[in-house]
Amino acid sequence: MPTVKTKTKSRAAVTGNPRKKVVRACTIRRSPEELFRFWRRLENLPTFAKHLVAVTQTSDTESRWVAKSPTGHTVEWDALIINEHENELIAWESKPGSEIQIAGTVRFQPAPAGQGTEVVVAFEYVPPGGRIGEIIAKLYGEEPELQVEDDLMRLKALMEAGEIPTTEGQPTGRDQKNVRRCE
Amino acid sequence: MRAVCWYGTHDVRVVNVPEPKLLNPRDAIVKITSTAICGSDLHLYDGVIPSMEEGDILGHEFMGEVMEVGKGVRNLKPGDRVVVPFAISCGRCHYCEHQLFSLCDNSNPNAARNAKLNGFSGAGLFGYSHLYGGYAGGQAEYARVPYADVGPIKFPEGLTDDQVLFLSDIFPTGYMAAEQCDIKPGHVVAIWGCGPVGQFAIRSAFLLGAEKVVAIDNVPERLRMAEEGGAVTVSSEEDVHEILKHMTGGRGPDACIDAVGMEAHGSTYDVVKQTVKLETDRPYVLRQAMRICRKGGTLSIPGVYAGFVDKIPFGAAFAKGLTLKMGQTHVQRYLQPLLRLIQDGKIDPTFVITNRVALADAADAYDLFAKRRDHCIKVVLKPHEIPPPEEVARATVRAPREGETEEEVAFSVPRSKRLRRE
Ligand SMILES: NC(=O)c1ccc[n+]([C@@H]2O[C@H](COP(=O)([O-])OP(=O)(O)OC[C@H]3O[C@@H](n4cnc5c(N)ncnc54)[C@H](O)[C@@H]3O)[C@@H](O)[C@H]2O)c1
Ligand SMILES: [Zn+2]
Ligand SMILES: [Zn+2]
Repeated sequence: MPTVKTKTKSRAAVTGNPRKKVVRACTIRRSPEELFRFWRRLENLPTFAKHLVAVTQTSDTESRWVAKSPTGHTVEWDALIINEHENELIAWESKPGSEIQIAGTVRFQPAPAGQGTEVVVAFEYVPPGGRIGEIIAKLYGEEPELQVEDDLMRLKALMEAGEIPTTEGQPTGRDQKNVRRCE
Repeated sequence: MRAVCWYGTHDVRVVNVPEPKLLNPRDAIVKITSTAICGSDLHLYDGVIPSMEEGDILGHEFMGEVMEVGKGVRNLKPGDRVVVPFAISCGRCHYCEHQLFSLCDNSNPNAARNAKLNGFSGAGLFGYSHLYGGYAGGQAEYARVPYADVGPIKFPEGLTDDQVLFLSDIFPTGYMAAEQCDIKPGHVVAIWGCGPVGQFAIRSAFLLGAEKVVAIDNVPERLRMAEEGGAVTVSSEEDVHEILKHMTGGRGPDACIDAVGMEAHGSTYDVVKQTVKLETDRPYVLRQAMRICRKGGTLSIPGVYAGFVDKIPFGAAFAKGLTLKMGQTHVQRYLQPLLRLIQDGKIDPTFVITNRVALADAADAYDLFAKRRDHCIKVVLKPHEIPPPEEVARATVRAPREGETEEEVAFSVPRSKRLRRE
């Protein structure tokens, strides 16, 4: 899959923006019901999706999304749930006219032999040009699959182990390089 | 606090860093009373493990006293003495539930990156590169221990640090290496590498009923220690293949253990290829073991490999229907049973310790261990002990300067003069 790089963008400016598609799957030791319920409360998404700042549900099917790139730029859009099967599937897309054109689905299907639930996330987006394009490129990084996989693993850890593994805030000697060794 | 940090190949330093804090509900903070340097740390020291970053705190074999626990930890309380397994495991995923703790799905924050390299990621490890989570290690005064409710083991009063410290890694590692051999009466087990892992593998093989253990290395004092453990020894400088064949009546060893890993000596071909980065690992022992192993035998590989190996006689492994078993040790699985062996006096793990040094001497200790200087086999560091005053007095070459504390004077003494091997 081509990555969202500057090269693609400049080409896109000439040829029209191709859609990007990302699909990732992950097995989580929880029931489809539990996972569906957690995901359907869209406010929960930022707890594991790294680039999301907030998702606010504005009606049963409408929501407002705020995302932030590593460089600190934020982008907002409104989304609509366009399809929903309880405990099985949720599909959403950004409202027409949004700064971002994005559509996603998440499926929850039982894994064999009681191993939990296979969660399959697929989404498609049109890398826009200009400022927003740059922000989006940074949101999903140069490897959008890696970002989505990372998010899914964080969801899995949260659901299975009750917390997301982290090292943020731990000590390091990184800044000590030029400091006198303590002897 | 003081911690041993990695800054590059053959560059580790003891520096001051902030103390660790609880970051997650299932964390504990442990005050480290004993910590060791492992052969695995030498791979980091030699710069052959990818994704190390400047300033990373090293160390994965440690124990100490619980200082603080997060609200998710109910089985531990401040003051408890614990040994901490080197692999970080959540205890709740598919792999943890199946006792495959070092394959934990949830403990590596960089699992997605690791999976790009390996297909899927193993557990996070203390002080062992960013692909394995980038967790600060235990060669320090304090450490943060994630999932403290499932990893650390408390042990009964009356046991010393030195007796239980190696439950953190090398005893379970040697034991699992031997257990993987599926030892039956009459079996001959050949073990390459008489470092600490090899030493525990030798003793474990006997505990599991091996008839005979042949140990291979070229370091005299390590071969001697192997003999003390009951092994017959062979120098790796000799024709190991022929000797093993004769020793086993022409059958070949029933099982072979590679307790050397990716930095085996003996092959110029591999040294050159590794230096110019055409090969990441030097699989000299792996090749030897694969060729000499008996038909239908088992090759057990506790020695660490991190990347790509060259000229592996896979056809030999196939032709003889070998079983290959390998991986990071599932330490948590062995804690209770091995603690019992120690308590019952079936084994005294202290036999392997050759050097006890202060944390401040860690850089020198790495060099000592890496170069096998001074008959060094296993180094234990004591982060909260300063050299006993009489040692300091003997070694001090100058009087304290104004404003200097006793500790500072102690640590200003040349390394070679401090806390020598007894
Ligand atoms: N699987 C695990 O979970 C795990 C845990 C701990 C250590 N390890 C690994 O086990 C290996 C051994 O660890 P250690 O602490 O004993 O290290 P060590 O460096 O002290 O010992 C390695 C020994 O192998 C010997 N050796 C080198 N080349 C040889 C050859 N061609 N033939 C025979 N012997 C040879 C060396 O002389 C040395 O004595 C390392 O690779 C380490 O990373 C793995
Ligand atoms: Zn180790
Ligand atoms: Zn786990």
